Amino acid sequence: MAPIPQLLIGIGAISAVTTVLAIIMVIADATIANYGDVQIRINDEKEVTVEGGRPLLSSLMEEKIFIPSACGGRGSCGLCKVQVTSDIGDYLPTELPWISDEEKTENIRLSCQLKLKKDISIQIPEELFNVREYECEVASIVDLTYDIKQVILRLKEPAEINFKAGQYIQFQVPEYELTSESVYRAYSMASQPSRHNEVELEVRLIPNGICTTYVFEHLKEGDTVTINGPYGDFHLRETDARIIFIAGGSGNAPVKSILYNMLENNNSREALYFFGARAVRDLFLVDEMKELENKLSNFKYIPALSEPLPEENWKGETGLITEVLDRHIDSGENTEAYLCGSPGMIDAAVAVLTKNGIPEDKIYYDKFA
Amino acid sequence: MSEGIAFYAIFFAAIFTNNILLTNYLGMCSFLAVSREVSTSEGLGGAVIFVMTATSVLNWLAYHYILVPFDLVYLRYIVFIVIIAAFVQLVEMVIERISDKLYASLGIFLPLITVNCAILGVSLFMVIRNYTFFNSVFYGLGSGIGWTVAIIAMAGIRQKMARSRVPKGLTGAGITLIIAGIMALAFMGFSGMIKIT
Repeated sequence: MAPIPQLLIGIGAISAVTTVLAIIMVIADATIANYGDVQIRINDEKEVTVEGGRPLLSSLMEEKIFIPSACGGRGSCGLCKVQVTSDIGDYLPTELPWISDEEKTENIRLSCQLKLKKDISIQIPEELFNVREYECEVASIVDLTYDIKQVILRLKEPAEINFKAGQYIQFQVPEYELTSESVYRAYSMASQPSRHNEVELEVRLIPNGICTTYVFEHLKEGDTVTINGPYGDFHLRETDARIIFIAGGSGNAPVKSILYNMLENNNSREALYFFGARAVRDLFLVDEMKELENKLSNFKYIPALSEPLPEENWKGETGLITEVLDRHIDSGENTEAYLCGSPGMIDAAVAVLTKNGIPEDKIYYDKFA
Repeated sequence: MSEGIAFYAIFFAAIFTNNILLTNYLGMCSFLAVSREVSTSEGLGGAVIFVMTATSVLNWLAYHYILVPFDLVYLRYIVFIVIIAAFVQLVEMVIERISDKLYASLGIFLPLITVNCAILGVSLFMVIRNYTFFNSVFYGLGSGIGWTVAIIAMAGIRQKMARSRVPKGLTGAGITLIIAGIMALAFMGFSGMIKIT
Protein backbone atom coordinates (compact mmCIF):
# COMPACT_ATOMS: atom_id res chain seq x y z
CA MET A 1 0.00 0.00 0.00
CA ALA A 2 1.26 3.46 -0.79
CA PRO A 3 2.50 5.33 2.27
CA ILE A 4 0.16 8.33 2.07
CA PRO A 5 -3.17 6.45 1.97
CA GLN A 6 -1.89 4.17 4.71
CA LEU A 7 -1.08 7.19 6.83
CA LEU A 8 -4.57 8.55 6.24
CA ILE A 9 -6.14 5.24 7.15
CA GLY A 10 -4.08 5.23 10.33
CA ILE A 11 -5.17 8.73 11.27
CA GLY A 12 -8.75 7.91 10.36
CA ALA A 13 -8.77 4.71 12.40
CA ILE A 14 -7.28 6.35 15.50
CA SER A 15 -9.71 9.25 15.19
CA ALA A 16 -12.64 6.87 14.80
CA VAL A 17 -11.65 4.76 17.80
CA THR A 18 -11.02 7.74 20.07
CA THR A 19 -14.18 9.51 18.87
CA VAL A 20 -16.34 6.50 19.61
CA LEU A 21 -14.76 6.12 23.05
CA ALA A 22 -15.09 9.83 23.74
CA ILE A 23 -18.77 9.79 22.81
CA ILE A 24 -19.33 6.82 25.11
CA MET A 25 -17.56 8.68 27.92
CA VAL A 26 -19.55 11.87 27.38
CA ILE A 27 -22.81 9.93 27.43
CA ALA A 28 -21.69 8.03 30.53
CA ASP A 29 -20.68 11.26 32.23
CA ALA A 30 -24.09 12.80 31.57
CA THR A 31 -26.07 9.74 32.62
CA ILE A 32 -24.23 7.34 34.92
CA ALA A 33 -22.14 9.97 36.69
CA ASN A 34 -24.89 12.57 36.86
CA TYR A 35 -26.21 12.80 40.38
CA GLY A 36 -28.17 16.02 39.97
CA ASP A 37 -28.22 18.60 42.74
CA VAL A 38 -27.66 17.56 46.33
CA GLN A 39 -28.40 19.37 49.54
CA ILE A 40 -25.86 19.72 52.31
CA ARG A 41 -27.36 20.40 55.73
CA ILE A 42 -24.81 21.92 58.07
CA ASN A 43 -25.20 21.82 61.85
CA ASP A 44 -28.99 21.46 61.40
CA GLU A 45 -29.28 25.15 60.66
CA LYS A 46 -27.78 26.01 57.30
CA GLU A 47 -28.61 24.36 54.01
CA VAL A 48 -26.76 24.69 50.73
CA THR A 49 -27.46 23.13 47.35
CA VAL A 50 -24.52 21.97 45.26
CA GLU A 51 -23.89 19.93 42.15
CA GLY A 52 -23.66 16.22 42.95
CA GLY A 53 -20.86 13.81 42.08
CA ARG A 54 -18.08 15.97 43.49
CA PRO A 55 -16.17 15.70 46.77
CA LEU A 56 -17.72 17.23 49.86
CA LEU A 57 -14.58 19.27 50.64
CA SER A 58 -14.50 21.18 47.36
CA SER A 59 -18.28 21.59 47.27
CA LEU A 60 -18.16 23.23 50.70
CA MET A 61 -15.25 25.38 49.62
CA GLU A 62 -17.30 26.71 46.74
CA GLU A 63 -19.95 27.68 49.26
CA LYS A 64 -17.24 29.57 51.14
CA ILE A 65 -17.13 27.08 54.00
CA PHE A 66 -13.53 26.13 54.51
CA ILE A 67 -12.63 22.83 56.15
CA PRO A 68 -8.92 22.81 57.07
CA SER A 69 -6.90 20.71 54.65
CA ALA A 70 -3.19 20.79 53.95
CA CYS A 71 -2.93 18.55 50.91
CA GLY A 72 -5.63 20.12 48.78
CA GLY A 73 -7.96 17.12 48.69
CA ARG A 74 -5.65 14.28 47.75
CA GLY A 75 -6.34 12.30 50.91
CA SER A 76 -2.76 12.51 52.11
CA CYS A 77 -2.97 14.85 55.12
CA GLY A 78 -6.04 13.53 56.95
CA LEU A 79 -7.09 16.96 58.21
CA CYS A 80 -10.41 17.61 56.49
CA LYS A 81 -12.53 15.57 58.90
CA VAL A 82 -16.22 16.28 59.34
CA GLN A 83 -18.92 14.50 61.25
CA VAL A 84 -21.65 13.07 59.03
CA THR A 85 -25.02 12.59 60.66
CA SER A 86 -26.91 11.06 57.74
CA ASP A 87 -26.33 7.60 56.27
CA ILE A 88 -23.81 7.74 53.43
CA GLY A 89 -22.41 4.21 53.42
CA ASP A 90 -19.23 2.62 54.67
CA TYR A 91 -15.76 4.06 55.02
CA LEU A 92 -13.60 4.02 51.93
CA PRO A 93 -10.16 2.40 52.21
CA THR A 94 -8.65 5.81 51.43
CA GLU A 95 -10.20 7.23 54.59
CA LEU A 96 -9.37 4.44 57.00
CA PRO A 97 -5.70 5.28 57.68
CA TRP A 98 -6.81 8.63 59.15
CA ILE A 99 -9.80 7.56 61.23
CA SER A 100 -9.45 6.24 64.77
CA ASP A 101 -11.87 3.72 66.30
CA GLU A 102 -13.30 6.46 68.47
CA GLU A 103 -13.94 8.64 65.43
CA LYS A 104 -15.68 5.73 63.72
CA THR A 105 -18.33 5.61 66.41
CA GLU A 106 -19.07 9.28 65.71
CA ASN A 107 -19.03 8.71 61.94
CA ILE A 108 -16.22 11.19 61.35
CA ARG A 109 -15.34 11.14 57.66
CA LEU A 110 -12.63 12.57 55.43
CA SER A 111 -14.49 15.19 53.42
CA CYS A 112 -12.11 15.16 50.43
CA GLN A 113 -12.85 11.49 49.80
CA LEU A 114 -16.64 11.69 50.09
CA LYS A 115 -18.36 12.08 46.77
CA LEU A 116 -21.79 13.61 47.11
CA LYS A 117 -24.36 11.28 45.67
CA LYS A 118 -27.38 12.14 47.78
CA ASP A 119 -28.48 14.67 50.38
CA ILE A 120 -26.22 14.74 53.39
CA SER A 121 -26.18 16.38 56.80
CA ILE A 122 -22.94 17.22 58.57
CA GLN A 123 -21.72 18.77 61.80
CA ILE A 124 -18.73 21.09 61.74
CA PRO A 125 -17.17 23.18 64.51
CA GLU A 126 -19.00 26.50 64.78
CA GLU A 127 -15.70 28.37 64.46
CA LEU A 128 -15.27 27.15 60.88
CA PHE A 129 -18.06 29.54 59.94
CA ASN A 130 -15.54 32.22 60.89
CA VAL A 131 -13.13 30.94 58.33
CA ARG A 132 -13.04 33.30 55.38
CA GLU A 133 -11.18 33.68 52.18
CA TYR A 134 -9.02 36.80 52.15
CA GLU A 135 -7.57 38.57 49.19
CA CYS A 136 -4.27 40.19 50.18
CA GLU A 137 -1.45 42.21 48.76
CA VAL A 138 2.13 41.27 49.49
CA ALA A 139 3.36 44.20 51.57
CA SER A 140 6.91 43.02 52.14
CA ILE A 141 9.22 40.06 51.77
CA VAL A 142 12.30 40.10 54.01
CA ASP A 143 15.08 37.55 54.40
CA LEU A 144 15.23 36.39 58.02
CA THR A 145 18.00 33.90 57.29
CA TYR A 146 19.43 32.40 54.11
CA ASP A 147 16.47 29.97 53.93
CA ILE A 148 13.65 31.66 55.84
CA LYS A 149 11.67 34.60 54.56
CA GLN A 150 9.25 36.82 56.41
CA VAL A 151 6.22 37.58 54.27
CA ILE A 152 3.76 40.25 55.31
CA LEU A 153 0.37 40.25 53.60
CA ARG A 154 -1.90 43.27 53.79
CA LEU A 155 -5.56 42.22 53.80
CA LYS A 156 -7.68 43.82 51.11
CA GLU A 157 -10.99 41.98 50.96
CA PRO A 158 -12.15 41.49 53.72
CA ALA A 159 -9.83 44.01 55.33
CA GLU A 160 -9.78 42.53 58.84
CA ILE A 161 -9.08 39.14 60.32
CA ASN A 162 -9.90 37.90 63.83
CA PHE A 163 -7.95 34.97 65.21
CA LYS A 164 -6.28 33.53 68.27
CA ALA A 165 -2.52 33.87 68.61
CA GLY A 166 -0.96 30.61 67.39
CA GLN A 167 -3.51 29.78 64.71
CA TYR A 168 -2.67 29.19 61.06
CA ILE A 169 -3.97 30.13 57.62
CA GLN A 170 -3.85 28.34 54.30
CA PHE A 171 -1.91 29.97 51.50
CA GLN A 172 -3.21 29.38 48.00
CA VAL A 173 -0.49 28.64 45.47
CA PRO A 174 -1.69 29.26 41.91
CA GLU A 175 -0.74 27.07 38.97
CA TYR A 176 2.91 27.41 37.97
CA GLU A 177 5.79 25.15 36.82
CA LEU A 178 5.64 22.86 39.84
CA THR A 179 1.89 22.39 40.04
CA SER A 180 -0.79 22.02 37.39
CA GLU A 181 -3.59 23.00 39.77
CA SER A 182 -3.79 25.49 42.58
CA VAL A 183 -2.97 23.96 45.97
CA TYR A 184 -3.15 25.09 49.59
CA ARG A 185 -0.39 24.99 52.17
CA ALA A 186 -0.74 25.79 55.85
CA TYR A 187 1.37 28.49 57.54
CA SER A 188 1.16 29.72 61.10
CA MET A 189 0.66 33.43 61.59
CA ALA A 190 3.61 35.16 63.22
CA SER A 191 1.64 38.36 63.73
CA GLN A 192 -0.39 38.86 66.87
CA PRO A 193 -4.21 39.18 66.71
CA SER A 194 -4.16 42.94 67.37
CA ARG A 195 -2.66 43.42 63.92
CA HIS A 196 -6.10 43.02 62.33
CA ASN A 197 -5.16 44.30 58.91
CA GLU A 198 -2.22 42.11 58.08
CA VAL A 199 -0.86 38.62 58.34
CA GLU A 200 2.81 37.86 58.85
CA LEU A 201 4.20 34.49 57.80
CA GLU A 202 7.58 32.83 58.14
CA VAL A 203 8.33 30.60 55.19
CA ARG A 204 11.28 28.24 55.18
CA LEU A 205 12.58 27.03 51.83
CA ILE A 206 12.06 23.31 51.28
CA PRO A 207 13.90 22.15 48.16
CA ASN A 208 11.26 21.57 45.46
CA GLY A 209 8.45 22.36 47.89
CA ILE A 210 5.52 23.61 45.84
CA CYS A 211 4.62 26.53 48.06
CA THR A 212 8.06 27.47 49.35
CA THR A 213 9.56 27.51 45.87
CA TYR A 214 6.69 29.70 44.78
CA VAL A 215 7.28 32.15 47.63
CA PHE A 216 11.06 32.17 47.14
CA GLU A 217 11.22 32.42 43.37
CA HIS A 218 7.99 33.97 42.13
CA LEU A 219 6.29 36.05 44.80
CA LYS A 220 7.02 39.80 44.65
CA GLU A 221 5.94 42.76 46.69
CA GLY A 222 2.66 44.10 45.35
CA ASP A 223 1.43 40.69 44.17
CA THR A 224 -2.08 39.61 45.05
CA VAL A 225 -2.47 36.33 46.91
CA THR A 226 -5.40 34.47 48.40
CA ILE A 227 -5.41 32.92 51.85
CA ASN A 228 -8.11 31.36 53.99
CA GLY A 229 -8.36 30.86 57.70
CA PRO A 230 -7.94 31.03 60.62
CA TYR A 231 -7.62 27.40 61.67
CA GLY A 232 -6.15 25.33 64.47
CA ASP A 233 -6.31 24.91 68.20
CA PHE A 234 -2.66 25.73 68.88
CA HIS A 235 -3.19 28.67 71.23
CA LEU A 236 -2.26 29.58 74.78
CA ARG A 237 -4.47 27.88 77.39
CA GLU A 238 -5.79 30.24 80.04
CA THR A 239 -4.14 28.88 83.15
CA ASP A 240 -1.39 30.13 85.44
CA ALA A 241 0.98 27.27 84.67
CA ARG A 242 4.58 27.83 83.65
CA ILE A 243 4.95 27.81 79.85
CA ILE A 244 7.63 26.04 77.86
CA PHE A 245 7.77 26.96 74.18
CA ILE A 246 9.86 24.76 71.90
CA ALA A 247 10.33 25.58 68.24
CA GLY A 248 12.72 25.14 65.36
CA GLY A 249 13.05 27.06 62.10
CA SER A 250 9.80 28.60 60.89
CA GLY A 251 8.09 26.99 63.89
CA ASN A 252 8.99 30.30 65.52
CA ALA A 253 5.96 31.95 63.89
CA PRO A 254 3.09 30.91 66.22
CA VAL A 255 5.31 31.34 69.28
CA LYS A 256 6.13 34.88 68.24
CA SER A 257 2.43 35.60 67.81
CA ILE A 258 1.65 34.21 71.27
CA LEU A 259 4.51 36.12 72.91
CA TYR A 260 3.51 39.50 71.47
CA ASN A 261 -0.08 38.76 72.42
CA MET A 262 1.08 38.07 75.99
CA LEU A 263 2.96 41.35 75.98
CA GLU A 264 -0.10 43.31 74.86
CA ASN A 265 -2.26 41.64 77.51
CA ASN A 266 0.31 42.18 80.28
CA ASN A 267 0.46 38.45 80.81
CA SER A 268 3.32 37.80 83.23
CA ARG A 269 3.25 34.01 83.36
CA GLU A 270 6.64 32.38 83.62
CA ALA A 271 7.72 31.38 80.13
CA LEU A 272 10.79 29.69 78.67
CA TYR A 273 11.35 29.65 74.92
CA PHE A 274 13.74 27.02 73.58
CA PHE A 275 14.61 27.71 69.97
CA GLY A 276 16.59 25.02 68.16
CA ALA A 277 18.84 25.76 65.20
CA ARG A 278 22.03 24.46 63.66
CA ALA A 279 24.34 27.44 63.62
CA VAL A 280 24.26 31.18 64.26
CA ARG A 281 23.29 31.78 60.65
CA ASP A 282 20.01 29.92 61.34
CA LEU A 283 18.98 32.23 64.17
CA PHE A 284 16.65 35.14 63.47
CA LEU A 285 14.72 37.87 65.26
CA VAL A 286 17.13 37.47 68.18
CA ASP A 287 16.98 41.20 68.99
CA GLU A 288 13.18 41.12 69.16
CA MET A 289 13.33 38.16 71.51
CA LYS A 290 15.90 39.91 73.74
CA GLU A 291 13.62 42.93 73.82
CA LEU A 292 10.70 40.72 74.84
CA GLU A 293 12.84 39.35 77.66
CA ASN A 294 13.11 42.90 78.98
CA LYS A 295 9.45 43.75 78.56
CA LEU A 296 7.89 40.48 79.72
CA SER A 297 8.82 40.10 83.35
CA ASN A 298 9.05 36.32 83.47
CA PHE A 299 10.18 35.42 79.97
CA LYS A 300 13.48 33.84 78.95
CA TYR A 301 14.66 33.12 75.40
CA ILE A 302 17.06 30.19 75.11
CA PRO A 303 18.45 29.62 71.63
CA ALA A 304 20.32 26.32 71.29
CA LEU A 305 22.67 25.46 68.46
CA SER A 306 23.41 21.87 67.50
CA GLU A 307 26.35 22.55 65.17
CA PRO A 308 27.74 26.05 65.79
CA LEU A 309 30.60 26.90 63.42
CA PRO A 310 33.95 27.66 65.13
CA GLU A 311 34.23 31.08 63.49
CA GLU A 312 30.80 32.08 64.80
CA ASN A 313 32.15 32.19 68.33
CA TRP A 314 28.91 30.96 69.91
CA LYS A 315 28.67 31.40 73.66
CA GLY A 316 25.10 30.22 74.27
CA GLU A 317 23.64 26.77 74.70
CA THR A 318 25.05 24.03 72.52
CA GLY A 319 23.58 20.64 71.68
CA LEU A 320 20.37 19.21 70.31
CA ILE A 321 17.29 21.07 71.49
CA THR A 322 16.22 17.97 73.41
CA GLU A 323 19.52 17.85 75.34
CA VAL A 324 19.34 21.54 76.20
CA LEU A 325 15.72 21.10 77.25
CA ASP A 326 16.62 18.19 79.48
CA ARG A 327 19.30 20.30 81.19
CA HIS A 328 16.90 23.17 81.90
CA ILE A 329 13.72 21.59 83.16
CA ASP A 330 13.98 20.06 86.59
CA SER A 331 10.36 19.47 87.43
CA GLY A 332 7.27 19.22 85.32
CA GLU A 333 5.01 20.51 88.03
CA ASN A 334 2.34 23.00 86.92
CA THR A 335 3.88 23.31 83.46
CA GLU A 336 2.43 23.46 79.95
CA ALA A 337 4.45 22.95 76.80
CA TYR A 338 3.77 24.41 73.34
CA LEU A 339 5.74 22.90 70.47
CA CYS A 340 6.04 23.81 66.83
CA GLY A 341 8.45 22.23 64.37
CA SER A 342 9.23 19.15 62.33
CA PRO A 343 7.59 15.84 63.33
CA GLY A 344 11.00 14.43 64.32
CA MET A 345 11.73 17.33 66.65
CA ILE A 346 8.24 17.21 68.19
CA ASP A 347 8.40 13.49 68.89
CA ALA A 348 11.84 13.78 70.48
CA ALA A 349 10.81 16.81 72.54
CA VAL A 350 7.58 15.18 73.74
CA ALA A 351 9.66 12.21 74.94
CA VAL A 352 11.96 14.51 76.97
CA LEU A 353 9.01 16.48 78.39
CA THR A 354 7.09 13.40 79.54
CA LYS A 355 10.30 11.98 81.03
CA ASN A 356 10.53 15.15 83.11
CA GLY A 357 7.02 14.75 84.42
CA ILE A 358 4.90 16.92 82.10
CA PRO A 359 1.75 14.94 81.27
CA GLU A 360 0.95 14.49 77.59
CA ASP A 361 -2.35 16.32 77.85
CA LYS A 362 -0.41 19.45 78.85
CA ILE A 363 1.72 19.29 75.71
CA TYR A 364 0.26 21.10 72.71
CA TYR A 365 1.81 21.07 69.27
CA ASP A 366 1.65 21.88 65.58
CA LYS A 367 3.48 19.36 63.45
CA PHE A 368 4.76 20.59 60.11
CA ALA A 369 4.95 17.49 57.95
CA MET B 1 1.72 -20.50 16.84
CA SER B 2 -0.66 -21.01 19.64
CA GLU B 3 -3.42 -23.16 18.19
CA GLY B 4 -1.77 -26.19 19.69
CA ILE B 5 -1.83 -24.91 23.26
CA ALA B 6 -4.80 -25.79 25.40
CA PHE B 7 -6.52 -22.93 27.20
CA TYR B 8 -5.94 -24.53 30.61
CA ALA B 9 -2.22 -24.77 29.91
CA ILE B 10 -2.13 -21.06 29.16
CA PHE B 11 -4.25 -20.35 32.21
CA PHE B 12 -1.96 -22.17 34.64
CA ALA B 13 1.19 -21.01 32.90
CA ALA B 14 0.03 -17.40 33.30
CA ILE B 15 -0.41 -17.95 37.02
CA PHE B 16 2.76 -19.86 37.80
CA THR B 17 5.49 -20.40 35.21
CA ASN B 18 4.99 -17.14 33.35
CA ASN B 19 3.66 -14.98 36.16
CA ILE B 20 3.48 -11.52 34.63
CA LEU B 21 4.75 -9.84 37.77
CA LEU B 22 7.52 -12.16 38.82
CA THR B 23 8.88 -13.29 35.45
CA ASN B 24 8.23 -10.16 33.37
CA TYR B 25 8.41 -7.70 36.25
CA LEU B 26 5.43 -5.79 34.92
CA GLY B 27 2.97 -3.94 37.13
CA MET B 28 5.69 -3.12 39.62
CA CYS B 29 4.71 0.32 40.85
CA SER B 30 1.30 -0.54 42.24
CA PHE B 31 2.81 -3.83 43.44
CA LEU B 32 5.34 -1.92 45.53
CA ALA B 33 2.94 0.77 46.66
CA VAL B 34 -0.11 -1.24 47.66
CA SER B 35 1.44 -4.41 49.07
CA ARG B 36 1.53 -3.23 52.66
CA GLU B 37 -1.68 -4.90 53.79
CA VAL B 38 -3.30 -8.12 52.69
CA SER B 39 -6.81 -6.66 52.62
CA THR B 40 -5.96 -3.78 50.27
CA SER B 41 -3.90 -6.15 48.12
CA GLU B 42 -6.96 -8.34 47.71
CA GLY B 43 -9.00 -5.35 46.58
CA LEU B 44 -6.39 -4.25 44.07
CA GLY B 45 -5.88 -7.85 42.92
CA GLY B 46 -9.61 -8.25 42.30
CA ALA B 47 -9.64 -5.07 40.24
CA VAL B 48 -6.62 -6.26 38.24
CA ILE B 49 -8.19 -9.66 37.52
CA PHE B 50 -11.36 -8.04 36.28
CA VAL B 51 -9.72 -5.35 34.18
CA MET B 52 -7.09 -7.68 32.68
CA THR B 53 -9.69 -10.20 31.56
CA ALA B 54 -12.09 -7.61 30.21
CA THR B 55 -9.45 -5.54 28.41
CA SER B 56 -7.86 -8.59 26.84
CA VAL B 57 -11.28 -9.39 25.36
CA LEU B 58 -11.80 -5.82 24.12
CA ASN B 59 -8.27 -5.45 22.83
CA TRP B 60 -8.37 -8.83 21.10
CA LEU B 61 -11.51 -7.76 19.27
CA ALA B 62 -10.08 -4.35 18.40
CA TYR B 63 -6.84 -5.92 17.20
CA HIS B 64 -8.34 -8.65 15.02
CA TYR B 65 -11.36 -6.75 13.70
CA ILE B 66 -9.96 -3.22 13.32
CA LEU B 67 -6.19 -3.15 13.32
CA VAL B 68 -5.40 -6.31 11.30
CA PRO B 69 -7.95 -5.78 8.48
CA PHE B 70 -6.78 -2.19 7.93
CA ASP B 71 -3.11 -3.13 8.23
CA LEU B 72 -2.69 -0.83 11.23
CA VAL B 73 -0.99 -3.26 13.60
CA TYR B 74 1.67 -0.63 14.33
CA LEU B 75 -0.99 1.42 16.09
CA ARG B 76 -1.69 -1.27 18.66
CA TYR B 77 0.05 0.46 21.56
CA ILE B 78 -1.97 3.64 21.37
CA VAL B 79 -5.25 1.86 20.61
CA PHE B 80 -4.78 -0.56 23.48
CA ILE B 81 -3.96 2.22 25.92
CA VAL B 82 -6.94 4.31 24.90
CA ILE B 83 -9.30 1.36 25.16
CA ILE B 84 -7.95 0.37 28.58
CA ALA B 85 -8.22 3.92 29.90
CA ALA B 86 -11.76 4.43 28.63
CA PHE B 87 -12.90 1.05 29.87
CA VAL B 88 -11.50 1.58 33.35
CA GLN B 89 -13.13 5.01 33.60
CA LEU B 90 -16.46 3.62 32.51
CA VAL B 91 -16.33 0.71 34.93
CA GLU B 92 -15.43 3.07 37.77
CA MET B 93 -18.44 5.27 37.02
CA VAL B 94 -20.78 2.29 36.86
CA ILE B 95 -19.49 0.75 40.08
CA GLU B 96 -19.71 4.05 41.89
CA ARG B 97 -23.29 4.43 40.76
CA ILE B 98 -24.59 0.98 41.58
CA SER B 99 -22.85 -0.13 44.75
CA ASP B 100 -21.09 1.75 47.53
CA LYS B 101 -19.78 -1.51 48.93
CA LEU B 102 -18.24 -2.65 45.66
CA TYR B 103 -16.86 0.83 45.08
CA ALA B 104 -15.24 0.86 48.50
CA SER B 105 -13.65 -2.55 48.07
CA LEU B 106 -12.74 -2.46 44.36
CA GLY B 107 -13.70 0.78 42.65
CA ILE B 108 -11.18 3.08 44.24
CA PHE B 109 -8.35 0.91 42.93
CA LEU B 110 -9.46 1.25 39.34
CA PRO B 111 -7.76 4.59 38.59
CA LEU B 112 -4.54 3.09 39.96
CA ILE B 113 -4.48 0.40 37.31
CA THR B 114 -5.41 2.48 34.28
CA VAL B 115 -1.73 3.04 33.81
CA ASN B 116 -0.59 -0.33 35.10
CA CYS B 117 1.87 -1.71 32.56
CA ALA B 118 0.89 -5.30 33.34
CA ILE B 119 -2.54 -4.64 31.83
CA LEU B 120 -1.02 -3.32 28.61
CA GLY B 121 1.60 -6.09 28.75
CA VAL B 122 -1.05 -8.80 28.74
CA SER B 123 -2.75 -7.30 25.69
CA LEU B 124 0.55 -7.01 23.85
CA PHE B 125 1.76 -10.51 24.73
CA MET B 126 -1.49 -12.05 23.60
CA VAL B 127 -1.24 -10.52 20.13
CA ILE B 128 2.51 -11.10 19.83
CA ARG B 129 2.00 -14.74 20.73
CA ASN B 130 -0.95 -14.96 18.36
CA TYR B 131 -3.39 -16.43 20.88
CA THR B 132 -6.89 -17.36 19.78
CA PHE B 133 -9.78 -15.44 21.31
CA PHE B 134 -10.57 -18.17 23.80
CA ASN B 135 -6.92 -18.54 24.82
CA SER B 136 -6.60 -14.76 25.23
CA VAL B 137 -9.49 -14.69 27.67
CA PHE B 138 -7.85 -17.34 29.79
CA TYR B 139 -4.45 -15.73 29.41
CA GLY B 140 -5.91 -12.45 30.73
CA LEU B 141 -7.72 -14.20 33.57
CA GLY B 142 -4.66 -16.29 34.47
CA SER B 143 -2.32 -13.30 34.41
CA GLY B 144 -4.68 -11.36 36.65
CA ILE B 145 -4.86 -14.23 39.12
CA GLY B 146 -1.08 -14.66 38.94
CA TRP B 147 -0.55 -10.95 39.69
CA THR B 148 -2.99 -11.17 42.59
CA VAL B 149 -1.31 -14.28 44.00
CA ALA B 150 2.03 -12.48 43.87
CA ILE B 151 0.81 -9.26 45.53
CA ILE B 152 -1.09 -11.09 48.28
CA ALA B 153 1.96 -13.25 49.00
CA MET B 154 4.08 -10.11 49.14
CA ALA B 155 1.60 -8.33 51.41
CA GLY B 156 1.58 -11.34 53.72
CA ILE B 157 5.35 -11.31 53.91
CA ARG B 158 5.47 -7.54 54.48
CA GLN B 159 2.89 -7.75 57.24
CA LYS B 160 4.99 -10.40 58.97
CA MET B 161 8.07 -8.30 58.37
CA ALA B 162 6.61 -5.25 60.04
CA ARG B 163 8.13 -6.47 63.28
CA SER B 164 11.51 -7.53 61.91
CA ARG B 165 14.48 -5.24 61.80
CA VAL B 166 15.43 -4.31 58.27
CA PRO B 167 18.77 -2.59 57.64
CA LYS B 168 18.05 1.13 57.49
CA GLY B 169 19.04 1.72 53.87
CA LEU B 170 16.80 -1.10 52.68
CA THR B 171 13.50 -0.17 54.31
CA GLY B 172 10.47 0.36 52.09
CA ALA B 173 10.90 -0.26 48.39
CA GLY B 174 14.43 -1.67 48.76
CA ILE B 175 13.57 -4.70 50.84
CA THR B 176 10.35 -5.19 48.86
CA LEU B 177 12.31 -5.48 45.62
CA ILE B 178 14.69 -7.97 47.22
CA ILE B 179 11.77 -10.06 48.42
CA ALA B 180 10.21 -9.84 44.97
CA GLY B 181 13.47 -11.13 43.53
CA ILE B 182 13.52 -14.10 45.90
CA MET B 183 9.86 -14.80 45.14
CA ALA B 184 10.69 -14.71 41.43
CA LEU B 185 13.42 -17.31 42.04
CA ALA B 186 10.88 -19.49 43.84
CA PHE B 187 8.43 -19.15 40.97
CA MET B 188 11.21 -20.15 38.58
CA GLY B 189 10.91 -23.58 40.16
CA PHE B 190 7.67 -23.94 38.20
CA SER B 191 9.27 -23.13 34.87
CA GLY B 192 9.72 -25.96 32.44
CA MET B 193 6.44 -27.49 33.50
CA ILE B 194 4.54 -25.64 30.80
CA LYS B 195 5.84 -23.58 27.89
CA ILE B 196 3.55 -21.05 26.30
CA THR B 197 5.70 -18.67 24.32
